[in-house]
Amino acid sequence: MTLDQIIVTIAGLILSGGLAWYFWFSESKATRIQTTSSGVQETLITVKGGYSPDIIVVKAGKPVRLNFLREETAACSEQVLLPDFHKQATLTPFKTIPVEFTPEKPGEYGFQCAMGMFRGKLIVE
Amino acid sequence: MIRDPVCGMEVESPSEYYSQYEGQKYEFCSSACKAKFEADPGQYISVVSKPGKTTYRVSSDGIERLQIPVIDMHCTSCTLTIEKELKKLPGVKKAHVNYATEQAYVEYLPLEVKTEEILQAIKSAGYQTGQATLKLGIRKMHCACCVTKIEEELRKTPGVLSASVDLATESATINYLPSMAQIPEIKRVIERLNYPAFETGSPVAAVSKAIAEPEDENQKAREKEYRTLLSKFIFSAILSIPFILFSYPALFGLPAQLQKGSDLLRFIWLTMGVISLPIMFWSGSHFYSGALSAIKNRSANMHTLIATGITAAWLYSSVAALVPDIFPSEALADVFFDVVAVVVALVNLGMALEIRAKGKSSEAIKKLIGLQPKTARVIRNGKEMDVPVEEVVLDDIILVRPGEKIPVDGTVTEGSSSVDESMITGEPIPVEKNKDDEVIGATINKTGSFRFKATKVGKDTALAQIIKMVQEAQSSKAPIQRIVDLVSGYFVPTVIIIAMISFVVWYDFGPSPNLIYALVVMVTTLIIACPCALGLATPISLMVGVGKGAENGILIRSGEALETAQKLNAIVLDKTGTITAGNPSLTDMISSNGFKDEEILLYAASVEKASEHPLGEAIIKGAADRSLTLIDPNNFNAVPGHGVQATVQGKQIVLGNEKMMKKFNINLGDLNQRSQQLADDGKTPMYIAVDGKAAGIVAVADTVKPDSKEAIAHLKKMGLEVVMITGDNPRTAKAIARQVNIDRVFAEVLPEDKAFNIKKLQQEGKKVAMVGDGINDAPALAQADIGLAIGTGTDVAIEASDITLIKGSLKGVALAIQLSKATMKNIRQNLFGAFFYNGLGIPIAAGILYPFFGVLLSPLIAGAAMAFSSVTVVTNANRLRRFKAKM
Repeated sequence: MTLDQIIVTIAGLILSGGLAWYFWFSESKATRIQTTSSGVQETLITVKGGYSPDIIVVKAGKPVRLNFLREETAACSEQVLLPDFHKQATLTPFKTIPVEFTPEKPGEYGFQCAMGMFRGKLIVE
Repeated sequence: MIRDPVCGMEVESPSEYYSQYEGQKYEFCSSACKAKFEADPGQYISVVSKPGKTTYRVSSDGIERLQIPVIDMHCTSCTLTIEKELKKLPGVKKAHVNYATEQAYVEYLPLEVKTEEILQAIKSAGYQTGQATLKLGIRKMHCACCVTKIEEELRKTPGVLSASVDLATESATINYLPSMAQIPEIKRVIERLNYPAFETGSPVAAVSKAIAEPEDENQKAREKEYRTLLSKFIFSAILSIPFILFSYPALFGLPAQLQKGSDLLRFIWLTMGVISLPIMFWSGSHFYSGALSAIKNRSANMHTLIATGITAAWLYSSVAALVPDIFPSEALADVFFDVVAVVVALVNLGMALEIRAKGKSSEAIKKLIGLQPKTARVIRNGKEMDVPVEEVVLDDIILVRPGEKIPVDGTVTEGSSSVDESMITGEPIPVEKNKDDEVIGATINKTGSFRFKATKVGKDTALAQIIKMVQEAQSSKAPIQRIVDLVSGYFVPTVIIIAMISFVVWYDFGPSPNLIYALVVMVTTLIIACPCALGLATPISLMVGVGKGAENGILIRSGEALETAQKLNAIVLDKTGTITAGNPSLTDMISSNGFKDEEILLYAASVEKASEHPLGEAIIKGAADRSLTLIDPNNFNAVPGHGVQATVQGKQIVLGNEKMMKKFNINLGDLNQRSQQLADDGKTPMYIAVDGKAAGIVAVADTVKPDSKEAIAHLKKMGLEVVMITGDNPRTAKAIARQVNIDRVFAEVLPEDKAFNIKKLQQEGKKVAMVGDGINDAPALAQADIGLAIGTGTDVAIEASDITLIKGSLKGVALAIQLSKATMKNIRQNLFGAFFYNGLGIPIAAGILYPFFGVLLSPLIAGAAMAFSSVTVVTNANRLRRFKAKM
């Protein structure tokens, strides 16, 4: 093996490992939602190439309102699905679209776009 | 111009007559008005702040009725919680919460309790109240103080829950209870403050808030996105042609001065490098923005792959064009600008086509939403008035003329007509409607005009429930999707890692020029992978399949129901109301022991007066047809599964089956034989005994629905074991079963034992479907793997059912199963296609075939394959739209 091959090999492996760590093993921060005066747990989720925040912590048994604001026109993110709650919404670009439900049981529930490329997690405590 | 609060005249502002009261300035037309105002300002201000109070809901005793949609009740016990909370309030006379319709009905004294308090009570019970949202455009707002003023005024209006006014967009968003406030009133409130208000669009009821309101806007956004993608495609496609030409000068036999190594070609390459920039950052801008925001979210998607691929190709090519000398060999100084242009062009085209195809996939739900009527001609206080359909309240009398759409669900009170219900039930033949018949909102009145009473409005109407159910089903997950979910989280990063490792392997072990091979392989791998095809495979077919069902009057609850429905092996049909029409009539009377026919009928009918059994109704109707006057029974007692007993005119009457007679030790004599004959004809005989002596038999029979036999034959042909279940006696049951060719019968099953019988079948290792009316059969429907409820009129959201058939025919059952099979087949095709494509495409792109066959994929072909793989998935799903039942 020549020097350049060794460099390319090592660089490739390090990069691959780094990617794997970044996408799979690093934890992104969870956002805890506050309850508003009307008793609803409400938050704004920006939709642009993904959901941010994408990990949301709520309390069980209290109504949740997720306001989705889609800041892009790419068709991928047009729909948001919460299959566990049988909820879906078509997100009009640059408009806040609320999705409301009440999680009864604690646990982790996913929300995602129609294709499952964008994902978020709702942690119910 | 502003309005004088005393006389209501318009006055030029500023007026010389004005007065300050509670920090607000009031202006008047004259000193007289000013004086009047100052004498008692409260009187006039209250007029201003209480505009057009809704009064038509107030009855003579001062009790006001309020109907409030309640959101997010999850169980029947929720209703109790809310009712308890409501009843705690002083002034609330009656509170009833309906779980099925998600409505709270409150009767209250408006003087003792306010609407807000009622709403607050529901909220403090932990639930939300439904509401309608109104958007009004408001002109002539100049400052932020106008905003607060209008908002305050709106909030004071009864029925208005919240109001927010936006100065920038000159509009107000008002949440209100349609039963309490009406749009013209709300508008008047704003106009009274001297701001012209106008409706910007139709008001939207709470049900369809998320989807119906922005539907048009979504359509527009989609259309715009489509056009943008198309122009991006055209731009990059046109540039692709010269790019390809100059990238392979030897291949196209270009003149010598344009061959590799020439200064002219190098200049052209440099130009191409510059022209690539608008291709990448305009035509391909969405790849970069998508990739960037995905990376921020620690995720990766299709955009990441494309962006990485084209960036790598461009960077390499630019270096090769700018400083070819840094490469050790001339062969390495090659460019791939054509890859950049072609990939961007093709992927854009693919995405544009996908938008088009997806639009078709969701057509079914759009059609349903489009069915929603806009206005209703309501008769209030003896006057006809057109109101938006959202403002129709319960018990409104509505007039419908020929050719008009019926606005909400209700019962005919006057007149008759034939109504086309095909849009809801899928049944093409118009249905005759007379007094007391149920009409469904969104259906079309054909011939006569009639009046009807609204029984279901807003989100309770059959159509609203259908839309909700279809949307819920379309957003649910089929269990088969789990495989995809497992893969999709790892897919894109894995592809990037595979691409990188391929680069390393080709660089280390590949043939010369290894750097070029490594680069091409990496770019091809990145580009060929198509996560979208994988992600789309299940949901898109589910959407088309569920939508197709709705078009045919079949409401599939969820993806899970769809997936189970195609695995069924046995189907249990309830006899009454499912196989038969469900409205039995009196057919025979046999009297003995000296009793007369009329006599036994009178006794039987009188006893049945106290019962609610459908067979009893047939007897009562039979007596009424013979103009018999019934007698009120005493000491009524029903023995489930046996019969009834009561005292009529001092005589002890027992009515029921053989078991009932045995229980009372009644000697039946030769009646037994007569009864068996009746049963063999498919009639249901009931013995009657008077004072312990057998008096005769009354028999009722139900007619088999005209297409039941045919439908059952289809179910059998589909390989399903068909079983009949009934509470009726075995002979009658067998007779009916013979008529429709059913071999296996569970007869004399008590209502509560139906579920147990389903379980027995399941223990035989079968996947069992139960078909019933959804009311008496609820436990059996729930026990079955698939519960199919045959809809009764406008009640479509039957809780226990997995599939609801709006139209009463058994053919719907066969259709539902066929549709499930077709949809699941489509999903499997899509999944197979997507997995096969990626599973094969990625390794080939990485060059796995090269060592054996010398085959290497061109990145251009990879781009084309990727672009069309997801279009293929959507197109395949759209094939389901042409689904036709095999009947």
